Amino acid sequence: MIDLLGFGGRGWGLQLLQGMGMTLLVAVSAYLWGLALGGAAAALKLSGHRGGRVAADVYTTIVRGVPSLLVIYLLFFGGNSAATWVVSLLGFNGPVELSALPVGILAVGTVSGAYSAEVLRGGALAVPHGQVEAAKALGMNRWLTFRHVMLPQTLRYALPGLGNVWQLTLKDTSLVSVVALVELMRVAYLAQGATRQPFLFFTTAGLLYLALAGLSGRLFARAEGWAGRGVRRAAR
Amino acid sequence: MNSPLVTALMAALPQFVTGTWLTVQLVALSLLVGLVLATLVAVMRLSHLAPLSWVARGYIYVFRSTPLLVQIFLIYYGLGQFDAVRQSVLWPLLREPYWCAIIAFVLNTGAYTAEIMRGGIEAVPHGQVEAARACGMGGGLLFRRIILPQAFRLALPAYGNEIILMLQGSALASTITLMELTGVAKAVAARTFQPIEVFCLAGAVYLGMSFLITRGVQLAERRLTPVKR
Repeated sequence: MIDLLGFGGRGWGLQLLQGMGMTLLVAVSAYLWGLALGGAAAALKLSGHRGGRVAADVYTTIVRGVPSLLVIYLLFFGGNSAATWVVSLLGFNGPVELSALPVGILAVGTVSGAYSAEVLRGGALAVPHGQVEAAKALGMNRWLTFRHVMLPQTLRYALPGLGNVWQLTLKDTSLVSVVALVELMRVAYLAQGATRQPFLFFTTAGLLYLALAGLSGRLFARAEGWAGRGVRRAAR
Repeated sequence: MNSPLVTALMAALPQFVTGTWLTVQLVALSLLVGLVLATLVAVMRLSHLAPLSWVARGYIYVFRSTPLLVQIFLIYYGLGQFDAVRQSVLWPLLREPYWCAIIAFVLNTGAYTAEIMRGGIEAVPHGQVEAARACGMGGGLLFRRIILPQAFRLALPAYGNEIILMLQGSALASTITLMELTGVAKAVAARTFQPIEVFCLAGAVYLGMSFLITRGVQLAERRLTPVKR
């Protein structure tokens, strides 16, 4: 059993570690892409612009109301068929297959962004309006107000929620394995197929996810402590 | 509107209906059993007996921190590895992807719901417990008549979110060969070569179900809160 998980000839240790690296790569890229997307959507929702608000509402409602797996299937298989069509317009024939990594990041990030948007919107709403007025009274323009007053406080209020979104995103990356991207879950699947030890490898995969979730949870807790320095708490 | 796509989708309509029905079954059954499990775990989690509380904490932590896909695969593929499981009376159940999916969903939603229930139980004002004690209630009666009903009501909005998350999680049943809505959509998309349209159709069905759930929870909340009635 140990040699199956080890780094020797029959061991899957190296592949598992590489899979874990791929999982982290997908999760971090998707999370950042989601933050950008969610930030834009939150800004649109809070803006006075009606069309932008409706577009952002449609995005968050649809993506949060549909299974992540379906979003991944849609972007992956739909993306392939759209790419095939575009290529056929250019005069080339035959099916096109997009690379699984960017599509996977795009798909998981799109889901992540819909949740980030709501969290960031809540964070921005928690900043007292008087502070914006005070900044205006001090002669700060919109950009300066955003950078020095809104952004730091929004992030502080949103940090616990953003931690939840990160955990969600990390777990969602396992779904990308169904479109054959070789991340942690896919490695475990391949390994159990080759060794006929499904319990061993899925338990290992579960423990590795647990480790990733636990470690990143610590990081977020520290970030919360850092962001909340100098803030007086009502309780504790 | 007599394009080949419309014809193909119309031909696949019965499949979509049976797929949606399977999704509803999976979600309803898992939520029902999961709620019972979650209530037990929440009570254990708040118990003054340290070992009970630890077991509940460990269960909640493990099932909330690992992907649902791992849990499903572990139960469907993993358990069959052991001869003891294969020869046990449970094997006819554990052999079926349907029951494996249900077991995985119950364990998963049970962990999330237990935390929601804990929040609900902790939010019941302590004065209520004191009043009940003053009336001579104690133990099980107090829990059944005073704490649980109020905890359910307080937990309802958060539980509504969990119902929708369970609906979305049920899509993973398609990875162990169950032909629920997502599984049907994938098969039809592969057959018709029209993935975008087919997956959008399935998405619309999911959205409709989410909408109905949200409405249902709002309605239940209004009915259960005397002030709002």
